[in-house]
Amino acid sequence: MMMETFVQQLMAGLSTGGIYACLALALVMIYQATHHVNFAQGEMAMFSTFIAWALIQAGLPYWVAFGATVVISFGMGAVLEFAVIRPLHKAPELSVVVVFIGLLMVFHSLAGWIFGTQIKEFPSPFPKDAWFGGSMMSPHQVGTIFVAMCIVALLFTFFRFTTLGLTMRAAAQNPGSSRLLGIRVGRMLMLGWGLAGAIGAVAGMMVAPVVFLDPGMMTGVLIYAFAGALIGGIDNPVGAILGGFLVGVLENLIGTYIVGTELKLSVALVLIIVVLVVRPAGLLGRHIVQRV
Amino acid sequence: MQNMTTTSTTSSTASSVISAGAATTSRSYLGLAGILVLLALAIALAFMVKGYVLFQATMLLSYAIALVGLNLLTGYNGQISLGHGAFFAIGAYTVGVLMDKASTPYWLAVPVGGIVCLAAGYAFGRPALKLQGLYLALATFALGVVTPQLLKYKHLEHWTGGVGGIVLTKPEAPFGLPLTADQWFYLFTLAVAAVLMWLARNLIDSGTGRAIRAIRDHEMAAESMGVDNRHYKSMTFGISAAFTGIGGGLSALAVQFVSPDSFTMFLSISLLVGVVVGGVGTLWGAAFGAAFIMFVPNMAEKVSKDAAWGVYGVVLILFIFVMPGGVMGLLAKVKSSLARRKDLPV
Repeated sequence: MMMETFVQQLMAGLSTGGIYACLALALVMIYQATHHVNFAQGEMAMFSTFIAWALIQAGLPYWVAFGATVVISFGMGAVLEFAVIRPLHKAPELSVVVVFIGLLMVFHSLAGWIFGTQIKEFPSPFPKDAWFGGSMMSPHQVGTIFVAMCIVALLFTFFRFTTLGLTMRAAAQNPGSSRLLGIRVGRMLMLGWGLAGAIGAVAGMMVAPVVFLDPGMMTGVLIYAFAGALIGGIDNPVGAILGGFLVGVLENLIGTYIVGTELKLSVALVLIIVVLVVRPAGLLGRHIVQRV
Repeated sequence: MQNMTTTSTTSSTASSVISAGAATTSRSYLGLAGILVLLALAIALAFMVKGYVLFQATMLLSYAIALVGLNLLTGYNGQISLGHGAFFAIGAYTVGVLMDKASTPYWLAVPVGGIVCLAAGYAFGRPALKLQGLYLALATFALGVVTPQLLKYKHLEHWTGGVGGIVLTKPEAPFGLPLTADQWFYLFTLAVAAVLMWLARNLIDSGTGRAIRAIRDHEMAAESMGVDNRHYKSMTFGISAAFTGIGGGLSALAVQFVSPDSFTMFLSISLLVGVVVGGVGTLWGAAFGAAFIMFVPNMAEKVSKDAAWGVYGVVLILFIFVMPGGVMGLLAKVKSSLARRKDLPV
């Protein structure tokens, strides 16, 4: 019995961890491209999920709405980069942070204003009695992990084996030299923001059936995702995935065994900080040696 | 700013280089006059307005003190904090508990709150030395999230009053002065703010201040020049927390109530917004920043009740677009362009 609860909680943790991993990945992507952490990422994902909800309400089948939402979110991310972030490329770092906070508020408020603040149900694409569900994990949990894995595999292939992916990485790593080689760095940044928006949208649509759809649904998720990205190493996509899963499991086990749900966030955060004090660059992060 | 050091540099160039800090006589006379006028206006305010407006002025001053604290850390030392609301809360609660449980007089409770925050800030800053940039942001963020939850925690309820918080009484004017409690407390806060501002200015202009700023500009270079980074960084964290805690203590007395829900994450975020809006790495920016975080959310609510946050967010973004360096950054820009125009041949 004890064992069974443990395994169940572990599995539930892995499932939420998959969502954190997706969002953490989106954060890492924007960080790699721009060296900013997008605090509005969670609210952008929430807004995308509302768009998906509206499309489904309008009668579109789930997967069509899913695809449309991903495309719309891609556009949204790219437009934001172009219209809001790019003009600020000379502004001090903290000013950009404050603009992200402003964006967070705008998306939060806009979602409540357009779609209403009452909690909505969001469908899961995985039927309740699907063959891949079991006594330990619901089909949605299995599906979430599967989707997270698919995204990771796609991104890995994209960044490792395609010209566009390699170009993007080059633009992020050394904008000056990339520009000299004829890479349109600005476009690459836009593309990076678009991709992050799309990934965030998928994370939002995966988490919504679990936590239900309302404007505040992503706030906690973003904190965990941020923690996941940092614990894995902010400059390491694989680390982000690992960190996301780790935080998910940690959160669930702490909530079940050590403290109730009330103090769960606090304890999880404190634990993460302790880990970071021991390994300041994250578990898989590179320790950058500075030349003076 | 720097090129106005003219009159006292007549003796010799060498001595002016050595005493660069003190060689600003003409500027400091002008500045002093300006500050005295400002102070006189601020004192006069106590007799011109009353009630809610005076309360708002008191709150503005307490926020400004807190912002000076955060700016010492973030603006002058380059350590980001997303959790300074925690120190604001610790200061407020120290005052609350001392006055409620130990009947400490308010004028003693407020500085004690500052000292408690100094210790707390140092204790937090020491292990946080290892964390930089975003990692420090996460650690301080955690502090901001954990503190209100701890204040609600069951086993501390005897002291903190749990979710219900602590009710405080506003101090009356001492020595039979013919002032209302509101007026007296506003003037008290003003005095504290003036003293702290003076301390902060002296700290920044001293050798310690130069070390603090050197760490921000290039940590490794500072260290190789003999600055003890570990000491200065954790000490700055402590001093910054002390300022913010005193601001929190004063605000608790002004509101006459402390509860965990007054110190959510939103407060920490607001403090950071205030620092950036006022101007990172400036002291007087605190006044503008405090005004922004106090009044703009209210105004946004008046513009649109349903989308108040949206309006606030848009105002914030536009503000940064117009003034990426905050109010003080814009003022400095205007000043330098005026000075340049004067230098042009007519």
